[in-house]
Amino acid sequence: MSLSTFFQQCLTGISLGGAYALIAIGYTLVYGILRLINFAHGDIFMMAGYFMIFAMASFPWFISIPLVLFITVVLGVSIERIAYRPLRSAPRMSVMISAIGVSYLLQNLATYLFTALPKGYPELPVLKKIYQIGGLSASFVTFLTPVLTLIIVYALMVLINKTKIGMAMRAVSKDYDTASLMGIKINRIITFTFAIGSLLAAVGSVLYFTDRMTVFPFSGSLPGLKCFVAAVFGGIGSIPGAVIGGFILGLGETALVATGYSTFSDAFTFVLLIAILLIKPTGLFGEKTTDKV
Amino acid sequence: MSAEAKTPINVLHMEDVTMQFGGVVAVNGLSLDVNEGEIVALIGPNGAGKTTAFNCVTGIYEPTFGKVDFMGETILSNTPKGKAEKTYLGEVTPRPIPVIRNTPDKITQKGVARTFQNIRLFGQLTVFDNVLIAKHMRAKQNVLSATLRFNHKEEERMRSEAMALLEEQNLLHLKDEIAASLPYGLQRRLEIARALATEPKLLLLDEPAAGMNPQETQELTDFIKQIRDTYHLTVFMIEHHMDLVMQISDRIYVLDFGKLIAQGTPEEIQNNERVIEAYLGVSDDAED
Amino acid sequence: MKKKAISKNKLYSLIALLFVIGILGMLQANSAQYSYQISILERSAIYAVVAVSMNLLTGFTGLFSLGQAGFMAIGAYTVAILTIPADTRASVYYVDGIAPAIANLQCPFWLALILAGLFSAAIAAIIGIPVLRLKSDYLAIATLGFSEIIRAVISAPQLNKITNGSYGLKNIPAFPNLFVAFGLCGLCILLMVLLINSSYGRAFKALREDEVAAQAMGLNLFRYKELAFVISSFFTGVGGGLLAIYMRSIDSKTFSINLTYDILLIVVLGGIGSVTGSVIGAFLVTAGREWLRFFDNPLTIGGIDIPLFRSGFRMVIFSILLMAVVLFYRRGIMGSNEFSWEGLGRLIRSIPNKLKRKSKTQKGDNA
Repeated sequence: MSLSTFFQQCLTGISLGGAYALIAIGYTLVYGILRLINFAHGDIFMMAGYFMIFAMASFPWFISIPLVLFITVVLGVSIERIAYRPLRSAPRMSVMISAIGVSYLLQNLATYLFTALPKGYPELPVLKKIYQIGGLSASFVTFLTPVLTLIIVYALMVLINKTKIGMAMRAVSKDYDTASLMGIKINRIITFTFAIGSLLAAVGSVLYFTDRMTVFPFSGSLPGLKCFVAAVFGGIGSIPGAVIGGFILGLGETALVATGYSTFSDAFTFVLLIAILLIKPTGLFGEKTTDKV
Repeated sequence: MSAEAKTPINVLHMEDVTMQFGGVVAVNGLSLDVNEGEIVALIGPNGAGKTTAFNCVTGIYEPTFGKVDFMGETILSNTPKGKAEKTYLGEVTPRPIPVIRNTPDKITQKGVARTFQNIRLFGQLTVFDNVLIAKHMRAKQNVLSATLRFNHKEEERMRSEAMALLEEQNLLHLKDEIAASLPYGLQRRLEIARALATEPKLLLLDEPAAGMNPQETQELTDFIKQIRDTYHLTVFMIEHHMDLVMQISDRIYVLDFGKLIAQGTPEEIQNNERVIEAYLGVSDDAED
Repeated sequence: MKKKAISKNKLYSLIALLFVIGILGMLQANSAQYSYQISILERSAIYAVVAVSMNLLTGFTGLFSLGQAGFMAIGAYTVAILTIPADTRASVYYVDGIAPAIANLQCPFWLALILAGLFSAAIAAIIGIPVLRLKSDYLAIATLGFSEIIRAVISAPQLNKITNGSYGLKNIPAFPNLFVAFGLCGLCILLMVLLINSSYGRAFKALREDEVAAQAMGLNLFRYKELAFVISSFFTGVGGGLLAIYMRSIDSKTFSINLTYDILLIVVLGGIGSVTGSVIGAFLVTAGREWLRFFDNPLTIGGIDIPLFRSGFRMVIFSILLMAVVLFYRRGIMGSNEFSWEGLGRLIRSIPNKLKRKSKTQKGDNA
C-alpha cells in the first residue's frame, strides 16, 4: 500500500469515525442518565436519513437541514415520552425490551412507509465538492466531519460542565434518586438528554449518509450497535470516551475493509467490545462503581 | 493468639484482618477468635466495620491484609502487593504471607453460613424452595441425573430434610407462601432456617434483631440459644440490641472505626470505659 | 398402573395429548392439502423450543442474553453440513468446491441434531468464560456481539469450502413426517421443563433472585451461570438445526439479530419465566404474522381503496401490538405462571364475572 493510499484510508476512517462519534454520544448520554441502552437510537438516526430525503424534495438544503434536525429531536423526545417514561420504575430488563420494541417498530414503520428498497440520499453540492490536498482527494464532507465533530463535542462539554442544566445532568447521572430529592426535575433533564442525543444523531446522519448515498430501513441498526460499542469502549457516560471510541471504530473498520477483510469489519466492532469488557469493563474513561452487600 | 484456645476447639480465627477501600480502612488489623459452642457478639457503632468484617469471613470481600482460619484451616489470606502495598494505610504492618482465596460458595460449603443485614431471601420463590435451595450443594447429583430424575432418592432426602427443618422452625404452615410476602419477623426467621439448611458449623448472624420489638427480641434470644444447642453450632453475630447481646453472648468484641477497642465477657464490656465512651454512652439501646 | 391412581388432571392432559396427536395425524394424512398450515405449525414448534431455551436463561436464571441467533446458526450449519446428501454436495458447493474433510461426512438427522446441540454448547462454554462475568445490559450486548461474530465467521469467504460463505446451504433433507418434527420439539421442551423443575432449576432461580444470597447457599455463580448458558445454547443449537431441516436451505442472513429479537418477542409476549407462556407465545406470534397478512393486501370496501392497507402494514400492526404488551401488559400472557388445568378452570369460571363487571362499568360510564 502506498503512502498516499494509506493517508487516504486514514481520512476515510476518521471521517466515518466522526459520524460514529456523534451517534455514540447519544448512547453515552442516555445510558449515563437512565442506565438504558437506547436500542432505538440507531433507528432514530435512520429515520433522520429518510426525513432528509423528503425535506430535500421540497426545500433547499439550508432549510432542510434545520428542519430535519428539528423533526428528529421531536421523534427522539416522543419515543422517550411514550416508550420509556411509563417504565421508569420497571425492572431494567423491561425498559430494554421496550427499547428493542421501539427499534423494531421504527424499522417496520420505515419498511411500510418507504419500502425496503434503498432510497437515494440527496446530494448536497456543498458537501460533495471534491477537494484536493497534496496527494489526497476527498469530498468536503470527509474533511468536515471530524472538524464538525470536534466542535460539537467541545460545545457539548461546555454545556455539561459550565451550565446549570449541564450540572443537573451530571447530578442525575451520578445519583438519580438523590438528584430528584434535590429538586431537579428529572423528566425535564431526561427529555433534554434525548433531545441532544437525537440532534447529534441527525447531524451524524447527514454526514454519514452523504458518504453512503442510500438509506434503507435497516441502515440504522448495525451502525447503531457499533456506536453503542464505541460508547462502551470509551467508557459509558464519558463524552470524550465516546468520541475516541467512535474514531477508533471508524479507523479499525476502514483498515479491515482496506486490507480485504470486509466481512469481518462488523465483527471487528464486537471483538473490540468483548476485548474492552474483559480488560477494562468500565471502558477507557469510565468510572468504577461498586455494589454494596 | 488467645491463651484459652488450648482446650476448646477453635472455630474461627481472624488475624490482623484489614480491609481497605480506596483511602478508607473499614476494618483495621482485626484479630479475634470464636470457639466451638460459643455465642460471640461483634458490636460497635454504625459504620464501625462490623458487616465488612463478616464479608471478609464469608469471602465476599478479599481482605487487603490478614488471614482467616476456619476449623484450623486457612480459608482466606492476603497481603498487599504492588500498588496496593504503596497505598496501604492499615495499622498492622503487612508481612509476606501466602495468598489464599476462596469464593463465598466454597466457604459456605466448608460450613460457614450467614444471614444478611438487609434480608436477602429468594423473594419470588416459596418458603419451601428457599430452604430446599440451601440443600442443593450437598446433594449427590449432577445435571443429567437431576433432569432425568435419577436422583429421586436424593431429592426425596432433600425435601424431607427441608420439611423437617421448616417444622422445627415453626414455618411449615407457610411452606407454599412466597418468601417476599412474609412479615418481616418471619422473613428473618426464614433466613436463619435457610442458613441452617446449609448444615453449618459456624453461623454468622448480621443484626438478627434489627427492626424487632422487645418481645420479638426476647423470643429471638431464646431462639438463638436453642438453635445453638439443637444444631451444635457456634454463633458469631453482629447486634445492636444491647440486652440481647448481654444476655446471650459468652464473649463480646467491640469495634470502633474498624479497630478492636475491647473484648471480654458481657460484664467486662459493660464496665469498660472505652466502650462506654465510644459506644454505650451515645447509644439509645444501652438504656432499655 | 391402577386406574384410580390416574388423577383428573393427568386424564385431562392425556386427552389433550391424544387430541393433539389426532390433529397431527389428520394433518399428516392430508399433508398436501394443509401444507401451509403444517408449515406454520412446524415453524411455531421450532420457535417454541428456542423461546423456551431463551426463557431458561432470561426468565429462570436471570441472564439476559441476546445470542440466540448465533447459536441457532451454529446448530443449523452443523445439521446442514452433516445431512446434505453426499451426491448433491457438488451442486451445493458450486462456488469453491467442498473441503475434502467434510465431503463424505454424513449422518442421520437425529445424530446431526445432537451434534448440532453439542457443538453449539461447546462454543457457548468458551464464550461463556469471558462473557458471563458481565451484568445485565453488558451481558446482552456482548452476547449479541458474539452472535454477530459467529454470523460473520460463517459468511466469511475464507470458509467457503465449509459453510459456502454468503451463498448458503441447500438440499437439506426435510423431516420424514410431522410427528418427527413435533416429537423432537416436544422432547426438547420436556427436557427443559424437567431441568427447570429439578434441583438445578431451583439453583438457577436462586441465582436470578439474588446472586449474593445464592453464593451464601454454596452455589458457585460462575459454574451455575455457565451451566445454564451451555444448556440453553445446546437447545438453541438443536432449535437451529430443526430450523435448518424445516427450511431446507439456509444462509447466514437468516440468523441476523432480528431472529433473536423475534424470539425475544415471543418470550416477552408469553411471559418471562413461563415455559407454557413461551410455547403459547411462539404459536401466537408465528400464526399471528400469518393472520395479519390481510393487512398487507390492498383492501377495497365499496369500491374505495382503504389507503393504509399495503405491503408492510402487518408488521407495523404487529410491532404496535408488541409495544402495547410491553407498555401496558408487562407480564405477558402467562406472567411467570405455568399452565394448569385448575388455572384454566378458574379462568373459564371468571369470564362471566369479568364480563358482568365490564358491562357494569360501562353502564356506569354512560350514566
